[in-house]
Amino acid sequence: MGEPVNPDVTAVQKPDPATLAGAPPSERADLRPENIQDAVIRLAGNSQDGIQTAGAFLARLAGRSAQEVMTYMTIPATISGGPSIFQVRIGTGEVLSAGDEADFLVAFYQHSYQDHIGFLREGGVLLYDSDNVEPNLDDKRFVYLGIPITGLTVEALGGTAKDRGKNIFVLGLISKIFQLDADKLKRIITEKFGGKDQSVVNTALMAFQAGYAYPVGNLLKHFYQFEKPEKKPGARDQITMDGNTALAYGLIAGGIRFGAGYPITPWSTVMEVLRRELPKYGGIFVQAEDELASVSIAIGMSYSGWLACTGSAGPGISLKTEAIGWASMAEMPLVICNVQRGGPSTGLPTNVEQSDLHQAIFGSHGDSPRVVLAPRTVEDCFYIAIEAARIARKYSTPVFILSDTSLATRIEAFDEPDLAKIMIDPKPNLTPRETHKPYPLDQITQHAPPGTRILDGKYPLMSGLEHDEMGHPTGSPKLHMAMTAKRRNKMRKLAEELPVPEIYGDQEGDVLLVGWGSTYGPIHDAVKRARENGEKCGSLHLRHIHPLPNGLEKVFKNFKRIVTVEMNDQGIYGYGQLATLLRARYCEPKISSFTKTDGLTFRVREILEGVFQGKSFAARNIPRDGAAIVHTDTNPENVKTTREVVPQGVG
Amino acid sequence: MSEANTNGSPNGGATTTVADPPREKLTKKAITADHPTWCPGCGDFAVLASYYKVLEKRNIDQEKIVTIAGIGCSSRFPYFVNGHGAHFIHGRAVPLASGISLARPDLHVFLFGGDGDGFSIGGNHVDHGGRKNVNLTYFIMDNFVYGLTKKQTSPTSPIGFKSKTDPQGAIDQPVNPMKKLIAGGATFVARTHASQVNHMIQMIERATDHQGFSVIECLSECVEFYPGAFDPANPRKGGSFELIQEKKWDNTPEDELRHDVTDELAAYKLAQLPFPGVFGVFYQSDRPTKNSLEKKWIEQSREKVGNGSDVEVLQRTFDKMK
Repeated sequence: MGEPVNPDVTAVQKPDPATLAGAPPSERADLRPENIQDAVIRLAGNSQDGIQTAGAFLARLAGRSAQEVMTYMTIPATISGGPSIFQVRIGTGEVLSAGDEADFLVAFYQHSYQDHIGFLREGGVLLYDSDNVEPNLDDKRFVYLGIPITGLTVEALGGTAKDRGKNIFVLGLISKIFQLDADKLKRIITEKFGGKDQSVVNTALMAFQAGYAYPVGNLLKHFYQFEKPEKKPGARDQITMDGNTALAYGLIAGGIRFGAGYPITPWSTVMEVLRRELPKYGGIFVQAEDELASVSIAIGMSYSGWLACTGSAGPGISLKTEAIGWASMAEMPLVICNVQRGGPSTGLPTNVEQSDLHQAIFGSHGDSPRVVLAPRTVEDCFYIAIEAARIARKYSTPVFILSDTSLATRIEAFDEPDLAKIMIDPKPNLTPRETHKPYPLDQITQHAPPGTRILDGKYPLMSGLEHDEMGHPTGSPKLHMAMTAKRRNKMRKLAEELPVPEIYGDQEGDVLLVGWGSTYGPIHDAVKRARENGEKCGSLHLRHIHPLPNGLEKVFKNFKRIVTVEMNDQGIYGYGQLATLLRARYCEPKISSFTKTDGLTFRVREILEGVFQGKSFAARNIPRDGAAIVHTDTNPENVKTTREVVPQGVG
Repeated sequence: MSEANTNGSPNGGATTTVADPPREKLTKKAITADHPTWCPGCGDFAVLASYYKVLEKRNIDQEKIVTIAGIGCSSRFPYFVNGHGAHFIHGRAVPLASGISLARPDLHVFLFGGDGDGFSIGGNHVDHGGRKNVNLTYFIMDNFVYGLTKKQTSPTSPIGFKSKTDPQGAIDQPVNPMKKLIAGGATFVARTHASQVNHMIQMIERATDHQGFSVIECLSECVEFYPGAFDPANPRKGGSFELIQEKKWDNTPEDELRHDVTDELAAYKLAQLPFPGVFGVFYQSDRPTKNSLEKKWIEQSREKVGNGSDVEVLQRTFDKMK
């Protein structure tokens, strides 16, 4: 950073395919890779082009190389096709957000170029398919790298697959440009397609090789190379997956062996993993006829002694709410995943929103306490599922996990969990009991599943009617009050054991940003940036939203303003859903919120603009090192350093 | 029947070491709980008595009996049975019971409900429970009227029936329970009458023996809101209780005329007969249960992972994600 800008940076002419077909020109010997720490690579194409596959390979490679990685994707809500992007941010240091801007943009089509060139940072590289894209080369803010991707892919693969394979061709190009470990990548490709026909693997490897061997060195002055992360001694290997996968395996690690669901975007992939994986652990996942059946089946499984899960997105959760109310009343443990999307109704099925918070907490008739948790990263999807299962068992209650589209689809690498330490043995306890009361007023309910002998001969009943301690119906006003209190008090008990989250940044000061769920990264980075600019601020991220941990009021005292940052609407009274809760809970007028509902994840500077209005660092055009590149010469020979091409520390 | 302490999970395992005291033969006294809250004369009393009788006769381990119901007069059933059980929400008792049956195949899952639960609000679940052929027994007490809410039209109310929601007489075509159940895929479909206790006991026993989704529709009179509805099939009230003559496979000419319970089309023909129709087993099929198919898949999956421990299996999966 901070290096003087070379005014001669620039675009690249098309290489002559004829030359390529013959003896490939030799790579330039003086191309010494430039070290970089962080890069945001955005692949823009159509959803059927397999850019997700290529991006996922990059993410996995980064994970394998002990680098930090985070991806971000958009999927069209159409059945097949439509513009789509896949963004990969790879860093040698901490990567918490997918990046506000791309350093490297791959455009497969003219529309990809037009729609995404605005996301390319000044001085960034545009790699475009010169068979399909005609960029405005007069715009001197960028470095242009035109390669006839379609033509070369067809040529490499013999044309039988049309232009399929160009995603892998591009992957080859990228791995050359960024000096990635080609052998590792080939292994990952082989693993991915290994289950299929050998010819599929071969075709993919051919496409990769063609891209990798392309003399892109003639077009660029330098290759780039990520600094090698230092592997701490004793550090665990990294595993790479998306949030839905992490959630599914977290449920398994938490001891969930049974469940039921109904397909809905973006929840479906969780149930797909569970359907495939649970039998390996002796359990099953049932695809039910509808949402009502799926939650009911899951409750039946839980009642049978095997803690079960169900899940959906908002519309499906709406359908499940009556049964969830029963689980609350009958005090039945149950884990419910809501992978949120834009709502209400069918809403924005493939976009992100955090607008189901109130539904999770209050979505029922009657007073029906339940627990609501929200994971903040892909890794956290895994751990929060284990925690949800633990809480559901200990407090015999339904527990919501609020994930969202952004967590569901993004890929991150994280340290592999120590399974021997954390995995739960879920077998039901069917030990005969002398006597058993399912609903003791002075204790937290722990059910005796069917199959448990009750030796005094008095068997327990699960009931949705208000009931006495044995589960038998009662209309007694006193008992209804006592039982309502029993169901509520266990939530207070839970609150006592919840840790107050650590504050990132200043422990006291002007502003405390409060978030929940997938916004963790951008909020964290926003606070970092603000503090670098002299602000006294911190952030607090809630994983336990209902009940809230005790002691937040003490934290709030230390800040002049408390601003929640949420992807939902400010509502009629002007506050986001979390802010509304916090205001009700703490009667604290200094709590406000910054919300949005554009269906996209927060960018760091959006948060800065929203929370620190009027401050210079929060202005829309954040001055940054290297941004002032003026392109006067289109000759690639004039690119002097990587920093001119791949900027550092995007945020 | 398996031992009392096995959890019955397909993955096997979990047994407790705590002594399981010897047990006495199951008695009606042991399985009787609250006194039923039904109106005097309600047909459901006979159903409850028949259920006790079958449990007693079969001497099923008490802790393995699971009595489930949704919402309705008849769905109060679990409160009157001293055993594990749940009183669930309206219409969803079939999936609840399916979940229990699938996760714990060692249990005896009995489900009770009415025509509203089974043919109206939960109609879809009855079809899919049948299609999946989940192993459980479902007893539908059909009284042709909504009794708990005091006389509204039910999905089986005949055209012309005057209720509070159809003061001019019902105009909607009633559901034909036998046709619906057979078409839905239930693998044991029978019909009985609350006034015919012996027949009812026989049907419950056969349903209990059946592997799969077994359903019995029982005409059970609501003396309060639809008195006399089922008199045409009650010999004591001047009606005739006509039984289905099942094939004996004895190669006699008479046998030609008898009903083959595996013949789906013949079953529809019986179901077409005008009210009060015939009683007995309409249809039965030995299609594999979901329980057995899932079990097979679990065994194959377990074998593929070398019957490894949970930790080993997950660790291997994670190794592939490195």
